[in-house]
Amino acid sequence: MKALNFLICGVGGQGTVVASDIVAEVGLKAGYHVKKSDVLGLAVRGGSVISHVRWNKEEIHAPMVGTGEIDIMVAFEPLEGLRRLIFMKDSGTVVLNTQKIPPVSVNIGKEEYPKEEEIFARIKGEVRELYLVDALKTALELGNSRVTNTVLIGFLSTLLQIPPEFWRDAVRQFVAPKYLEVNLKAFEAGREMGGMK
Amino acid sequence: MKTLLTGNEAIARGAFEGGVKVACGYPGTPSSEILETVSRVYREAIYAEWSTNEKVAMDAAAGAAYSGVRAMVTTKLVGMNVLSDSLFYLSYTGLEAGLVVVVCDDTGMFSSQNEQDNRWYSILGKVPMLEPSDSQECKDMVVLALRLSEEFDTPFVIRSEMRIAHSKSEVILGERIDNTPQPKKFPRDIEKYNCNALFARKKRPIIQERFQRLKEWAENSELNKIIWQEMDLGIISSGIVYEYAREVFPRASFLKLGMIHPLPERLIKDFASRVKTVLVIEQLDPFLETQIKAMGVQARGKDIFPPYDEILPERMKELAAEAGLIENQPKKKVIDVGNLPTRAAVFCPGCPHRATFYALAKFKVPVTGDIGCYNLGSLPPFNAQHTMGSMGSSLGQLHGIFISGSPERAVATIGDSTFFHAGMPPLVNMVHNRSKGVVIIMDNSTTAMTGHQDHPGMDRTLMGEPTERVDIQELVKAMKVKLVRSVNAFNVKEVESTLKECLAWEDSPAVMITKGECIFVSRKPKPAYAVDLEKCIACETCLKVGCPAVFKSEEINPKNKRKKAQIDPVLCNGCGVCSQVCPTSAIYQTGKLEAKE
Repeated sequence: MKALNFLICGVGGQGTVVASDIVAEVGLKAGYHVKKSDVLGLAVRGGSVISHVRWNKEEIHAPMVGTGEIDIMVAFEPLEGLRRLIFMKDSGTVVLNTQKIPPVSVNIGKEEYPKEEEIFARIKGEVRELYLVDALKTALELGNSRVTNTVLIGFLSTLLQIPPEFWRDAVRQFVAPKYLEVNLKAFEAGREMGGMK
Repeated sequence: MKTLLTGNEAIARGAFEGGVKVACGYPGTPSSEILETVSRVYREAIYAEWSTNEKVAMDAAAGAAYSGVRAMVTTKLVGMNVLSDSLFYLSYTGLEAGLVVVVCDDTGMFSSQNEQDNRWYSILGKVPMLEPSDSQECKDMVVLALRLSEEFDTPFVIRSEMRIAHSKSEVILGERIDNTPQPKKFPRDIEKYNCNALFARKKRPIIQERFQRLKEWAENSELNKIIWQEMDLGIISSGIVYEYAREVFPRASFLKLGMIHPLPERLIKDFASRVKTVLVIEQLDPFLETQIKAMGVQARGKDIFPPYDEILPERMKELAAEAGLIENQPKKKVIDVGNLPTRAAVFCPGCPHRATFYALAKFKVPVTGDIGCYNLGSLPPFNAQHTMGSMGSSLGQLHGIFISGSPERAVATIGDSTFFHAGMPPLVNMVHNRSKGVVIIMDNSTTAMTGHQDHPGMDRTLMGEPTERVDIQELVKAMKVKLVRSVNAFNVKEVESTLKECLAWEDSPAVMITKGECIFVSRKPKPAYAVDLEKCIACETCLKVGCPAVFKSEEINPKNKRKKAQIDPVLCNGCGVCSQVCPTSAIYQTGKLEAKE
């Protein structure tokens, strides 16, 4: 691969930024030039969060790309995945965590959350591959909902021809030592979900 | 070896390599991570602190630089207004050791109340300014600015912005300089360091002469570099937008400015004279363009690119094609997903501000607001905070409502950190000038919105040292506020009854302190609540607390045809506010703690 553009999106508090840090670090380890851009909003939970990560064998200028230029999207939440669909290439791949987090506007009945099947069908219609992953369930089985992001990273790692050890190293680099063990388990669980060990 | 760093991390690294000993600032997105990185990674070499506000930080850095050690100040864009008073005198006094101010602008207004272009401060304050376009430059420019600051006897400003601060790119690390300047005998140089008008007046021509020397320096500096390619189009640009322009105009020639004040006039004119068309690409105001045109250079710029919002590569491409500068772009496939539910930021589950805004919404009083998470009380379902301007402005506005003769009794909200930052002078003003109104100080024991930094009401410093906690209640009493009440922020009844008492107080200003820790302080959620669907009558009262964890279930109450409530046990942090407002006691604590940490 000469170049790859990633988009990682979700809801504040889900750990998307750490996930994008890991993806960026893996790119560097794999010999790419790397740039990354986060739009974080406020420190409070619940907002829409998006990161772009670019890997390229050649020099990169902008830390983000435009619509229709993303190869791989990891969406931590179905509605957020749909919201960022415009960034996807036709040939792109979407990894979608099926955990729904309805915005408050939906909770209080002002707006309606689109039907799950419709979201999946809509995304499937615009890209080459859609993978549905219940990463939250796996994380809860491991005893900590906060490792959902690492499960997704594990799954993502199975889609790319990069030595898994690069990924594990990057996970080690970005998670607190106290939670390293459960995160490494989450990574392996994600790989299993992707059909690899 | 190359390391990936954000712009903010790279600034911190630059402070380390450049021999900074003192780093001060006030938290503010997108600048906060600079000092956080300093305190975490470079704590052995650099003393870092969250000062009570940006001006205090600037003065502290001045004192350190006068004492002979290198210093750095960090701020978000609007903090520049707060510290500018002090930056401007520093431009006159100069210093004994290097001093750098790093300001992070917020083009596109992701988390700020305005979009001010801080490049103008360089002209206004007569201070040189550098602008990096990636993390490597962030680091290198801090190191260089510290040295130049001493050489030219002036503070330097480095202007970053959100897309640099929160983006990562590759950085080659260096070593910390040898011979880091150490504190020396404090200079008793009154003519230099006392800005008495008599002395300052004598400084004025010296500043002018310094400006000329800096300008000459800029003409030959490697900070300003030319990339010769095709000569049809010559682009003058700086900062992050330069990187975008390189992608949009891969064959154009570029003059990349790293020093944006003073500008290298000869270099600019020379570059312009060799290309057919000059295009100035900058975000926000025509800062470069105005000056370049004043040099007599014909240039295009703001006739193509708007003076507000980001000009991301995709937008730049569209505008450049419309202007005929590049070929029309092939039409992109449009993926229209329709109107999706918006995801506005909301109070987190377990937030201590929730009950207060539930009460304020109920009482329908005018509320002047301030800067912090509590401004989310201005959004649905509360719609209860009616103004927000700048740090500390809620109290001044509250006073203004009273002296206007308005018949309504108004309320101001202000957070604990914001109160220390800029809320104390207007409260003292209210007392002195016989004002009335209710001030709610929302004490959540942290500076929450910017990422949970310490402030004087806490017992730890940024460096992790134990310190004296300034008691807000005692402080307010010492200011001679007569009615001061402290309440449990999570107790809806207590908040409501105390607010009622304060609103009825006719004598003088009343202060209500709502005490409740931000969920990020202890990070110890309580067991989640759940809805007893037998008891729930689908009245939707619990939805009025605007909690992301409370939502409508598929179960319908046949009487009113509405959906009953449900609570997500993963999101719920167990504050219990929803259960307190439930009229049928249908919400109960489960005793089950979902695994979260």
